[in-house]
Amino acid sequence: MGSRPPVLEMTGIRKVFPGVTALDDVDFRLLPGEVHALMGENGAGKSTLIKVLTGVYGTDGGEIRLGDTSVLFGSPLQAQQAGISTVYQEVNLCTNLSVAENIFIGREPRSLGRIRWAEMRRRAVELLARLDLTLDVSAPLSTYSLAIQQMVAIARAIDIDAKVLILDEPTSSLDASEVAQLFAVMRRLKDAGVAILFVSHFLDQVYEVADRMTVLRNGRLIGEYRTADLPQMQLVARMIGKDLEALEELESQPRSSARELERGPLIAKAVGLGRAGGIAPFDMEIHAGEVVGLAGLLGSGRTEMARLFFGADRADTGHLEIDGKPLVLRSPRTAMAHGIGFSSENRRTEGVVAELSVRENIILALQAARGWTRPIARRRQDELVDKYVKALNIRPADPDMPVRNLSGGNQQKVLLARWLITEPRLLIIDEPTRGIDVGAKAEIQRIVAELADGGTAVLFVSAELDEVLRLSHKIEVLRDRRLVEELDNTDDVDADRVMRTIAGGVAS
Amino acid sequence: MIDVTAPPGTPPAKARNRVLKQNRRHVPVLATLALLIIMYAVGVANYRGFSDTQVVLNIFVDNAFLLVVAAGMTFVILTGGIDLSVGAVVALTTTVAATLLHAGWSAAVVLPLVLLMGTVLGLGMGAVIHFFQVEPFIATLAGMFLARGIALLINRNSIPITDGFWTAMAEERIRFGPGVFISTSVVISLVVVLIGAYVLAYTRFGRTVYAIGGSADSALLMGLPVGRTRIAVYTLSGFCSALGGVLYSFYMSSGYSLNAQGMELDAIAAVVIGGVLLTGGSGYLFGTVLGVLVLGLIQTIITFQGTLSSWWTRIVVGVLLFAFIVLQRAVTRRSR
Repeated sequence: MGSRPPVLEMTGIRKVFPGVTALDDVDFRLLPGEVHALMGENGAGKSTLIKVLTGVYGTDGGEIRLGDTSVLFGSPLQAQQAGISTVYQEVNLCTNLSVAENIFIGREPRSLGRIRWAEMRRRAVELLARLDLTLDVSAPLSTYSLAIQQMVAIARAIDIDAKVLILDEPTSSLDASEVAQLFAVMRRLKDAGVAILFVSHFLDQVYEVADRMTVLRNGRLIGEYRTADLPQMQLVARMIGKDLEALEELESQPRSSARELERGPLIAKAVGLGRAGGIAPFDMEIHAGEVVGLAGLLGSGRTEMARLFFGADRADTGHLEIDGKPLVLRSPRTAMAHGIGFSSENRRTEGVVAELSVRENIILALQAARGWTRPIARRRQDELVDKYVKALNIRPADPDMPVRNLSGGNQQKVLLARWLITEPRLLIIDEPTRGIDVGAKAEIQRIVAELADGGTAVLFVSAELDEVLRLSHKIEVLRDRRLVEELDNTDDVDADRVMRTIAGGVAS
Repeated sequence: MIDVTAPPGTPPAKARNRVLKQNRRHVPVLATLALLIIMYAVGVANYRGFSDTQVVLNIFVDNAFLLVVAAGMTFVILTGGIDLSVGAVVALTTTVAATLLHAGWSAAVVLPLVLLMGTVLGLGMGAVIHFFQVEPFIATLAGMFLARGIALLINRNSIPITDGFWTAMAEERIRFGPGVFISTSVVISLVVVLIGAYVLAYTRFGRTVYAIGGSADSALLMGLPVGRTRIAVYTLSGFCSALGGVLYSFYMSSGYSLNAQGMELDAIAAVVIGGVLLTGGSGYLFGTVLGVLVLGLIQTIITFQGTLSSWWTRIVVGVLLFAFIVLQRAVTRRSR
C-alpha cells in the first residue's frame, strides 16, 4: 500500500487565526483508493485542515500537492474543478429542486443554452445506479430522507470526476441502516480508486470503514496510523492526550443509580400530557435531585416530549403539574418563570447566538427571566460568567470571544451555563453531547451528575444509550412517539434490556 | 463485499405519497385557476354582457403593463428577494419618455434610452444588494424613493404624449372579429411571459434562480454563480419595469410622475396569488399570469356591479392575499 504515490499530500501546513494557532506544521497524505479518517477532538483542527485544503481558507505556510503539482485553491469551486469534492455534514443541496437537478445544476447537459432535461434525467439515473440507488430523479429532493439526500450529494460530488472525496461528518444524522448504505457506497468508490477523507465522531464507524487514520490534537499532528494497528482505546488516548488509566476511570464512572438517590419533593408531573403528531399522551413524574433519561430511536418522540415540559410546543391533551398545582404552559416564558430550563438539541439554530460573545450568551436567559427593565450590573455579570466559565471549563476562557469561534463542545457548555445561571429546578437537556468529543462529553456528563446531586431535577435526552444508562435514575423508553416503558435504573437494567424495549420485544 | 445491493425499495404507499407531495407544489396554482374560473362563472351568471369575449380580452388590454412588471417581479421573488422599486420605475419611465418626446426627441432614441435607464437602475440595486449585502427590501425601497424623486424633479405635472409612434402603438388594434381585439401591448406582454417562462425552465440562469430561492448558501457551495444571478434578477426586474412603463405610457398617452403609485404591491400580490412562494424557490410564471388575471377580473366585476366603490378591489385583493399566504404556509409545512 505504501508503494503507491499519494494522490494528495499536505506538508507543514500552518494556519493562524487572531489569537489562535489553528494548525501548526501539520502533514497529511491521502492515497488513491483508501478511506482515510481524520480524527481529533472538537477544536483539534480537523475542520480547519479541510477548509484549507478546499480553498475556503488560505494558508499561513506549508504546501499542498495534488498529484505532481503544487496547488493552492482560492475557492471551493476551484478545488472542485481540480477534483476535490466535499460533502458537508449539513446536506448542502437545494431541496426544492429535483434530484437530477441537484446532481447536475451548474453542469447541465445543454445544446444552444437549452437544458436537455431528458438527457439530464437519464444521466442522473445512470450515476445513481453506480451508487446502487434507484430514485425518481424528477421528484423534488425534499421528498427523500436525509440519508438519500446525502447520497445525492455524493453523486453530485463524484460526477465531477472526483479524485478526492471529503466526507465531513456524513453520518451524524443517519440511522444504522442508512449508515450501512453509505458505507457500501464509500467502499464502491474506494474500489474505483477514489481517495476518501472521512471525518466522524463515531469511533465504531471509523473502525468499520477506514483503512488509515491521521490524528490531530490542538492543531498539531499526532500521527498517521493504519486502523488495524491502533486499538480504539489508544486512539482515544491520542485524541484527548490523556493517558489510558484516566480514560478508563472516566469510562467506569459509577452509575447514578449506584449513588444514593435521596428523592426530593415532586417537581413536575405530567398527567396524560400529549400532542397529536408529536407524542401520545403519557404520565411521568420528576423529583428534585433525580435524573430522568429519555431513551429511544431518532424520531421516537424524545424531543417532542421534552418540548412539552418547557412549553415550546403546546400540549393538546392532559396537563402538567408543577409543585402539585396544574399549570398551563402557554410559552417557554411561563416555564422559565416556574424554574424550568431547556437546553435545545439544535445548538446552532435554537441555542447559542453565534455572533454574541460568551458572556452575552451566558447572561441571555437570566436577563430574559428578569425582564429587560432590570438589567444585570456588569460586575455581577462578570462574577457569574467567570464562575461558570471556570466551573464548566469553557475554553478558551475568554468571556468576550464570539461564541461562533468556539468548538462544538464548548458551545454546548456555554448553552448549559446559560441555563445553570438561572438556577432552574428542572433542567431539560436535549442531546447535549451530540457531535462533541470524548473529553467534553465526559465533562458534560459530570456536570449533569453534579447538578442532580445539588438537588436539581434533570430530564436528560440522548441518543447514546450508554450515557443515558450511566446518568439516569429512571429511564423512560419511547417507541414510535409513545412512552412504552418506565425503568428504574437498577443493576439488572443494561443496554441490552433497554434496546430490547426500544426494538419492541419487551421482555417480561 | 457490498451488503446493500438492493435499492431502497419504494413501497407503493410511499410512492403514492411522493406523487402527492410533488403535486402539492401545484396546489397554489391550481387554487388560483379554480378561483379564476369560479369568479368568471359568478360574473357571467350575474351580469349581462359579461360573457363577451372582449371582456376577457380587455383584462389583458388593461393589465398588459402589470403583467410585464409582475413577470420581472416573479424572477426576483423566486430568488427569495423583493423589488419595491417597480412602481416608481414605471412612473420615472413614463415621465422621462414623455418629457423627451415633448422636447422633440425621436421615439427611436427615447425607447431604447428609457429601457436602458430602468435596466441600469435595476443593475445598481442588484449590485448594492450583492456587494454590500443589503436586504433587498431596503435597497429597493431606496431605489423606489430615488426613482420617484427623480420623476417628481423632472416634472410634477402630467405630460401628454403626441409622438406618432407612441400614438400608433396606443391605437393599433389586432382584431379577431367585429368588436374583438387586443392591443399591441398585450402581444408584447405575452412575448415577455413566454420568453420568461422559457428562461426559467430551460436555461442555467433560470434554474439558478430557483436554486438560490431554495437555499442561497447551498447554491454557493454547489459552485453556482449566486452573486451574478442575483444582480441579473434585479437588472431584469428593472428592465421589465421600464418596459412596463413604456406600455403604461402607450396606455395613458401621457407621462406623469405620480403614475403607478402602489403598483409594486399589485405586482407582488399578483405573483403571490399566482402561487409563487414568497420565500422563493417555488412557483411558475404561468401562475403570475393567472394572478394578474385574478386582479383584473376583480376590477371588472366591480365595474360591472357599478354600485361598489373601486376601493373594494383593494379589500378583495387583501383578503385573497391573506388566503393565499396561509395556503402557502399550509402547503410548505406539510411537505416538510
